[in-house]
Amino acid sequence: MDFKASLALIAPEILLSLSALALLLVAAWSRNSSRLVSILAAVALGGAAFLAAPALCAGAMGPDTAAFGGQFAADAFASFSKILIYVAAIGCLMIAPTFFDRNGAMRPEYPVLVLLATLGMGIMVSATDFITLYVGLELNSLAAYVLASFMRTDDRSAEAGLKYFVLGALASGILLYGISLVYGFTGATSFEGARAALAGELSMGALFGLIFVLAGLAFKISAVPFHMWTPDVYEGAPTPVTTFFSTAPKVAAIALTARVALDAFGMQADAWRQIVIFAALASIILGALGAIGQSNLKRLLAYSSINNVGFILIGLAAATVGGVSAMLVYLAIYVAMSLGSFVAVLMLRDAEGRQLEGIADIAGLSRTKPVLALCVAAMMLSLAGIPPLFGFWGKLVVFQAAVEADLAVLAAIGIAASVIGAFYYIKIVKVMYFDEPADVVKGGSDWAHWLILGVTTLFVSPLGYLLTGPLGDLADRAAAALFFVA
Amino acid sequence: MIGIEHYVVVSAILFVLGVLGIFLNRKNVIVILMAIELILLAVNINLVAFSAFLGDMTGQVFAMFVLTVAAGEAAIGLAILVIYFRGRGTIAVDDVNRMKG
Repeated sequence: MDFKASLALIAPEILLSLSALALLLVAAWSRNSSRLVSILAAVALGGAAFLAAPALCAGAMGPDTAAFGGQFAADAFASFSKILIYVAAIGCLMIAPTFFDRNGAMRPEYPVLVLLATLGMGIMVSATDFITLYVGLELNSLAAYVLASFMRTDDRSAEAGLKYFVLGALASGILLYGISLVYGFTGATSFEGARAALAGELSMGALFGLIFVLAGLAFKISAVPFHMWTPDVYEGAPTPVTTFFSTAPKVAAIALTARVALDAFGMQADAWRQIVIFAALASIILGALGAIGQSNLKRLLAYSSINNVGFILIGLAAATVGGVSAMLVYLAIYVAMSLGSFVAVLMLRDAEGRQLEGIADIAGLSRTKPVLALCVAAMMLSLAGIPPLFGFWGKLVVFQAAVEADLAVLAAIGIAASVIGAFYYIKIVKVMYFDEPADVVKGGSDWAHWLILGVTTLFVSPLGYLLTGPLGDLADRAAAALFFVA
Repeated sequence: MIGIEHYVVVSAILFVLGVLGIFLNRKNVIVILMAIELILLAVNINLVAFSAFLGDMTGQVFAMFVLTVAAGEAAIGLAILVIYFRGRGTIAVDDVNRMKG
């Protein structure tokens, strides 16, 4: 593989890094250019998605997709995740200006940081070497720490940034320690080398390495027992940033976990499967129980995202092509539901334009803002997995994959726990439709919010089932590419 | 004779100290930043020791990457700490509780 072919494979990353650097210069020279920089950043993300798309459509896999001597793979799996990440990032760029303008905090650095974080995520999902993995992960995390504390004058935002930084750095440290052990006991940092070295008996050192790596990654995807930062960071960070955290980095971290587990540790599936199953069940149950007592919508959605990560991990626990494909389908639907729910929270403002985040504030919303209430109800019922909505399809394919992989007990517990989860989603619908109107939500929203809410609502509505064919087909191709080495 | 085990044990002790430093420390956030550096130091000792033991350069290259990223991480951590201090006037760990949990 010569250098030129390698450069062609990382075209989306080159585009993103160059545009981030150029836009940073624009931001440095003119302070009032935040709109322009946002639009250009969204265009760059669109361009990167366009460049990544052919690999997915062609179902690219194998040695042709390996760049720079096996450090980086631009296969269909990476491409699927990247497109999902870029689309989510564009959504988060579109909703941000109105929010920050109102708080007088819109700076052109916001889109630049989002671009850099997205670049890091692209490297994460394409990484086939622990060094590439680490660089991508840190590029994403360092930008994310700054984004969390973006509203510098707000106490809660600064505190969220601090908490995210401390726990994120700890997670990176644990992950790195695991990587150093894996390197020591396998003699390789590439996933391929680690896979070959782990083919036989698993040595104690390598087992510790595997556990540390998975623990570090569990932090990043906020799976129980490493979820404690999620509610605080989601509540404290500015809402557009929370929207970003709950969509794009989640896709990246989950895709990365899947690649590490199935590629680098693919020969030791029995060793990590127990860990993943435990994390999946604990996330589903704790996510459902933790959300019940919450009165803040962002905190509630944070527990909901922990809960959803559990369902996604069930697909990974299956460790089959079907399981990974189901996981990717679930991820795509989850991104739409998460984006829609947070945009809806973003649209709740009182007469003075302050953001409302309490569940009590949306009481009787169906009478004052019927369209918004309908969209929120669709999101909540879809998150709960009520059949006519598209969220049901994601849960169905994941459980189907688990049953096919002889994990019927896991699927049964998952279904039982999703009933507990349904309680608080339905509670929100009940508060909106049957409680006395609190009548505090005033003021219109701009077109970008309505556009994203409308598109995501259509996606999760029964109309989404029209997409099951193409979406499943693309997810199958991506999953097949991930299993090419197997 | 100092063998690979000694390095691995030292690095394991440093790693545990770093993790305990984050969780047991109740005084201030700067100590947490120091504990994070301790963890990364443990990782670097591991990487370099394994690299010498295996006769493979990759570990040392990795250690360079870790050093570079650690510098960036510390810079961002301190910057966040500064804006936090501006808003609250304290960096005591027990006061980081504006949000429950």
